[in-house]
Amino acid sequence: MLNSPYITKPASVSAVMFKVLAALLPGIAAYVWFFGAGILLQIALASVTALAAEAAVLAMRGKPVALFLKDGSALVTAWLIALTFPSIAPWWLTVLGVLVAIVVAKHLYGGLGQNPFNPAMVAFCVMIVAYPQLMSQWPAAGFTDFAAEFQAIFGADRHLDAIVMATPLDALRTVLRLPETVATVEGVLGSNATFGNIGGRGWEWVALGYLAGGLWLIQQGVISWRVPTAFLAMLGLVSGLFAFVDAAQYAGPSFHLFTGGAMLGAFFIATDPVSGATTARGQLIFAAGIALLTWIIRTFGAYPDGIAFATLLMNICVPLIDMGTQRPVFGRKKGGTTDTRQP
Amino acid sequence: MMRQLFGFRGGVKPDSHKNESTRLPVAKAPLPPLLTVPLRQNAGASPRVTVKAGDHVLKGQMIAAPEDGLSVALHAPTSGHVRAIEARAIAHPSGLTGTCVIIEPDGAERWVELEPLDAGQASPEQLRRRLRESGLVGMGGAAFPSYVKAAGTGIATLIINGAECEPWITCDDMLMRTRGEDIAGGAILLRELLGARKVLIGIEDNKPEAIAAMRAAAASAGSGLEVVAVPTRYPAGGEKQLIRALTGIEVPYGKLPSHFGVQCFNVGTAAAAHRAVSRGEPLISRLVTLTGNVAEPRNHEVAIGTPVNELIALARPKADTDRYLMGGPMMGFALPDLAVPVAKATNCIIAASPALFPAPAPEMPCIRCGACAQACPAELAPYELYWFARSQNLGKCQEYHLFDCIECGCCAFVCPSRIRLVDYYRYAKSAIRAREKDKLAADHARERYEFRLAREEREKQEKAAKLAAKAAETKAKLAQAPASGESAPAGEGDAKKALIEAAMAKAREQAAPALNTDVQKMTAEQQAQVAAAEARHAAAATAATAETAAVAKDA
Repeated sequence: MLNSPYITKPASVSAVMFKVLAALLPGIAAYVWFFGAGILLQIALASVTALAAEAAVLAMRGKPVALFLKDGSALVTAWLIALTFPSIAPWWLTVLGVLVAIVVAKHLYGGLGQNPFNPAMVAFCVMIVAYPQLMSQWPAAGFTDFAAEFQAIFGADRHLDAIVMATPLDALRTVLRLPETVATVEGVLGSNATFGNIGGRGWEWVALGYLAGGLWLIQQGVISWRVPTAFLAMLGLVSGLFAFVDAAQYAGPSFHLFTGGAMLGAFFIATDPVSGATTARGQLIFAAGIALLTWIIRTFGAYPDGIAFATLLMNICVPLIDMGTQRPVFGRKKGGTTDTRQP
Repeated sequence: MMRQLFGFRGGVKPDSHKNESTRLPVAKAPLPPLLTVPLRQNAGASPRVTVKAGDHVLKGQMIAAPEDGLSVALHAPTSGHVRAIEARAIAHPSGLTGTCVIIEPDGAERWVELEPLDAGQASPEQLRRRLRESGLVGMGGAAFPSYVKAAGTGIATLIINGAECEPWITCDDMLMRTRGEDIAGGAILLRELLGARKVLIGIEDNKPEAIAAMRAAAASAGSGLEVVAVPTRYPAGGEKQLIRALTGIEVPYGKLPSHFGVQCFNVGTAAAAHRAVSRGEPLISRLVTLTGNVAEPRNHEVAIGTPVNELIALARPKADTDRYLMGGPMMGFALPDLAVPVAKATNCIIAASPALFPAPAPEMPCIRCGACAQACPAELAPYELYWFARSQNLGKCQEYHLFDCIECGCCAFVCPSRIRLVDYYRYAKSAIRAREKDKLAADHARERYEFRLAREEREKQEKAAKLAAKAAETKAKLAQAPASGESAPAGEGDAKKALIEAAMAKAREQAAPALNTDVQKMTAEQQAQVAAAEARHAAAATAATAETAAVAKDA
């Protein structure tokens, strides 16, 4: 016999996941506009691979395949991988990345809800360590030749010279760290033609798209405001502080917030409920920690963007953060109401 | 002027479904052919039956008197004949049975002579005794004896709970609309008993008619009863949530509102208290909402003891009804047996159909989204409790305050993974209680064992000491006898005879206290068994004495 409650709100894991996918659409649209339709190929490739891998592992584990395929979590992982990998990466890089995410990072840890690390970020880290060069070849903004992109993704013979351009973060890091450098942030990012107005030509618009989708997710109650707010505030704060001290050596907040994966990280990666902190205070700490580590890796590290490593490092801290930030229970608050009957 | 509200965290807003059953006025449910009045209708001890099968009883006549301790009286809901006093199924999720008084109504509805009390003249003790002897219990669900709650000291605020936050249920709503003056009268009575300064009548703001009716009743009662509309959000009618919303006071688990200067009564209890005093009417009927998948959803005034199946027929359930819920859909339970009677705390019967209450979707894994934590009015971390309960980590469950959970169902209501969270908490709670009971039993057993060892040791020593003393005494006597000049053999015989007699007397003495065990509690059969055992012991003792005698003779 079933026990109470006998009614439930019409909510489901699939509804949550599909809202996340919908929220990615504005960013994807900007991506296509500035960098060509190659990203759509990558998204399709990643989706098919993810669903196939998910189905295969579920079948092997003896789980209900149809039920779990419908939850949409594999698709979210796939799309995040497609959006964080270079859109002109060879097809097998994407496929391998998705397999790492779904098979290793998700199902070897127990599947949906059990993975301590963000699967898409595990894939990114494994791939950037294994194939650093391929993971650093990004298309130049305004290059929207679909045939060339198709060739880059599926062709045996990749001619990338015409397509590839260093991302703003990459350029900044490479130039500023040259020994005896006289270059400044202003000098590297100064020309609007290559690097746009804020965070890099094209990329700033993609970032705005993510921001719009992310705000909608908050409005829909899918993600909490705490994670993106703490993330963006911390990234803005630390970059602003250093830019204030030495503007020639350190890029300012507007650049950091609108370049690379900052917006994607703030609204779509750090907000992963499974691998993230769950308490209110914990979410603030978790997201601020990712932002701080991201800035450190971007500024002093060997990799162009630090969000993936920062996320995994903070994922490790989640049990500790959650344990230390449990809210006081009803009636057990400090300085709360006292027993008037007690002498 | 608006009172400042404090609110409470969490809570959910399910569809209220209150309109269905408030369209028609309250009807009086006809008496069934047989009333099944359960003895146990209050928290604490069941009252003691004072009638027997065959007796004729009048409406309102006491049929069971309160036991010592926490207990209230029980009354005949109508005039008629007591047909039986036997175990019947009672309203319980597990289909338990309990002793019930079966009354066949005679249709005359002849009242016992009622004795109204003048609340102004009667002493507080008299009034509390009246509440007890009128069978007053909390009608909001807990069925706690009201006379106990009406005896608090240092109560500053009396709260009358008319929030009625569970979906579908409207009996308190209709009571407030139709019997506002009874509720107001009860509120004043309880305020005087408690010495409270303030009376707040809390009603969810989705009941404008009830709020208006209570405002009017409060105004005509004319002595500072304040009707407060609280925002509609389940579980605003939970005692702790309502107290928090109205006063800002949070009553923690394990404490009572009275510890914080607050006492809370349901509107139904207040109305019944007023009638018990001003008219002398005991609690023998109540309003029950019949709603859900029925043709005629409505509130009925129902005699306590009316079987549910007789009652639901009045609302004409539709064909696809597959089960019946007692209480609301958030905290109620599906009735395993429809013959169970309406009790003092029964507020609602909902006919359920697959369309109204669809079967739950398959459970998915928890994705730690935290929706449950946002909905939890006890401000717990339900997803953590779920994790710990699932992995049988009962210690962690307690560390995360599992017992602060009020089982309101908000977490399961919002869970996107459709996890039946409350079931996990119920399971973990009962596992912890069972473990503690086992531990207690083991402690008791150990104590008993240790006590027995100590007692045996002590008895051994005492026996040894006695024997030594006796041996010395005998020796002294034997030594004295020849000195007296009498014939030695005869004297020796007398001494032996005396010893034997003393031993036999002692054996009889030892056998006697065994009879002093708690004979009253035993059935005749048990008593016979005990008597037989006593006889055997006595026989054995005699045999032993005879043996002693033989040994003595040989010596």
